[in-house]
Amino acid sequence: MTKQEVLQLKMTATRVRMGIIEATHGARSGHPGGSLSAADVLTYLYFREMNIDPQNPGDPERDRFVLSKGHAAPALYATLAERGYFPVQDLPTLRHLGSYLQGHPNMNTVPGVDMSTGSLGQGVSTACGMALAAKMRGQDINVYTLLGDGELEEGECWEAFMFASHYKLDNLCIMVDVNGLQIDGPTSQVMNTQPLDDKMDAFGFNTIVCNGNSFADLEQAFILLDRAHGSGKPTCLLMRTTKGLGVSYMENAVDWHGKGPNDAEYEKAMAELRTAYEQLEKEVERSNG
Amino acid sequence: MAEMKKVATRDSYGRTLVKLAKEGHDDIVVLDADLSASTKTALFREEYPDRFFNCGIAEQNMMGVAAGLASMGYTPFASSFAMFATGRAYDQIRNSIAYPQLNVKIVASHAGLSVGEDGASHQMCEDIALMRAIPNMVVINPSDDVEACAAVRAAYAHNGPVYIRVSRLATPVFHDPSAYTFEIGKAEKLTEGFDIAVFSTGLMTSEALRAAVACKKQGINVRVINVPTIKPLDEEAVLHAARECLRVLTVEEHSVIGGLGDAVASLLGEKMPTPIWRMGVQDRFGTSGPAWDVLREYGLTAESITAKIMEIVRTPKPNEE
Repeated sequence: MTKQEVLQLKMTATRVRMGIIEATHGARSGHPGGSLSAADVLTYLYFREMNIDPQNPGDPERDRFVLSKGHAAPALYATLAERGYFPVQDLPTLRHLGSYLQGHPNMNTVPGVDMSTGSLGQGVSTACGMALAAKMRGQDINVYTLLGDGELEEGECWEAFMFASHYKLDNLCIMVDVNGLQIDGPTSQVMNTQPLDDKMDAFGFNTIVCNGNSFADLEQAFILLDRAHGSGKPTCLLMRTTKGLGVSYMENAVDWHGKGPNDAEYEKAMAELRTAYEQLEKEVERSNG
Repeated sequence: MAEMKKVATRDSYGRTLVKLAKEGHDDIVVLDADLSASTKTALFREEYPDRFFNCGIAEQNMMGVAAGLASMGYTPFASSFAMFATGRAYDQIRNSIAYPQLNVKIVASHAGLSVGEDGASHQMCEDIALMRAIPNMVVINPSDDVEACAAVRAAYAHNGPVYIRVSRLATPVFHDPSAYTFEIGKAEKLTEGFDIAVFSTGLMTSEALRAAVACKKQGINVRVINVPTIKPLDEEAVLHAARECLRVLTVEEHSVIGGLGDAVASLLGEKMPTPIWRMGVQDRFGTSGPAWDVLREYGLTAESITAKIMEIVRTPKPNEE
C-alpha cells in the first residue's frame, strides 16, 4: 500500500469509529469497546480485501463475512453504511423499536449482513458451512469470520476449528480480535484462552499473529491468507487489538464493553475523533504537497 | 387385527433421502454427528459420499454448518439422536437456523421412550416442546413408514426450518401408500366415532387404532385423529372433532408438558373448552428396558389407552349431566 492509501484507510476507519459512537449514543446502549477494537480490520476487509459490491449485496459470487462476535454490530453497521450499503444517517436508529438495525446482526433486515449472529460461538460454525458450500461448488469465494478472544471460551468454536481443519477449508479465514478484555474483566483472569497461537497451530491452522489495528500488518496478513489457498489449511489471524481504540476514556476500559455514551460522553468522543480526522486530512495534504 | 409389516421411521428417512437425491435434487446435503448408522443417513452416505459430511460428535457445530450451507443455497438435512439434536444444540437451532429462517431440515431419530435399553439419558421426551416453542419452526412426528416418507418429502418441498422426529423402533405400517397424501399442518381422521376424540401422534397412533378396535368391542366408538404435524396444528380438525365428540384424549410418546397434549389443550381452552385428558410421559424421566416393556411401564400401549378411554366414557358428557 502507498502512504496515501494507508491514510485513506485510516480516515475511513475514523469515520467508522464516528459511526459506532453515533449508533451507540443513539441507542443509549450497545457495545462500543469491542466495536472500536474491530473498526480497523472491518475497514480493511470491506474497503480493500473482500470481493463485494454494495449495489448487489446478494451476489452469489461475493465473498462472505460473518460477525461471530455479533455484539460488535455497531462496527459492522458503521462499516457497511460507510461502504454504501445503506445511509450513514440511519446509524443512530440502532436498537430502536422498528429499526432494521437490530441489536445484533440480522441477515434478513440489514443489506450486506451475510449471517444473523449474536449468540457467541455460532458464527464461526456458519462460516464453516459457507466455506464448505463454496468448495463443493468450486467457487472462488473467501469466507471471513471475526471472533472475540473471550468468545473462544465457547466450546462450539473448537468444534468448528476441528471441522475447518478436517475438511481442509483453506478458503476460510478466522480472525480473532484479541483485545484481552471481556465483560467480567481481563480474559486472562476470567478464563484464560492463551496461548492462542499454539492452540491454533495444534488445530491445524495457518496461524498468523499481527497487530489488528495496523493496516500495514493487516495487509501482510491477508497476503499470507492468499498464499494459503491450495494448502488445505484454514487461516487464523490472531490480531492484537486495543479495546475502545480511538476514544481515550474507552481504551482498555472493561466498563465500556456494553454501554452507550451519554450526551457529554458522546460530545467528548466525537471531538476526539474529529481532531484525529483533521490531523489525517492534514497528513494527506502534506503527502500530496 | 392382522399382523402388519413393521418398519422403523428412521429407515423411512434414510431411504427417502436417497430417493430424493436420485430424483435429481442436487441441493440436498446430509450432515450427521457420528450416528449415521443409527439415524440411517448412512444410506445416503453410501450413495452420495461427496454430499455427506460427518461432523463428529459435535452437534452444535453441525447445526451451524447446516445454517451456513443453507445460506449458500443448499438444502441440508442434519441428523442425530433427538436428545442431542434438540437438547445439545437448542441455541444453535434457535439462533442460527430458525431466527434467520434458513432452509435446514433437522431429522432426529431415537426420540421418546421407545429408545429402550439406553435409558433416560437418551430417551428424549421434551424435543417436541423445545422445537414447538421456536418461531418459524415446523414440527412433524410421523406415525408410520408411509407417513414418514411423505413427511420427509414435504419437509424438503417446504422452504424454511423443519423438525422431524423419527423412531428407532419398528412399528406397524397402517397407511396405504397408494391412497395416502401428506400435507404439512393437516391432521387425518382414521376412524369414525362420537363417544370420544383421540388425538395421537408418532408411534402412539397405531396403538390408538388398536385401542379403538378394543373399545368398539365394548360398544364405544372412538374417533382416532392422527396428528403428524404438531406445529402448525390443524386447529380446524381439533375443534371440529371436539365439537362433535365433546370429550378429548391426547396420546403421545412425549412429555405431557409442551407436546401434542398441551397444544390441543391450549387451543380448546381458548376456543372451545372441552374436557381433555392427556396421556404421555407424566413429567418424569425414562428408564432402561426393552422398548415395549418401557412403554407398558409408562402406560403407553393400546391396553392402557383402552382402559383410559373406558374410564373416561363412564363419566357423563358435559351435555348429558
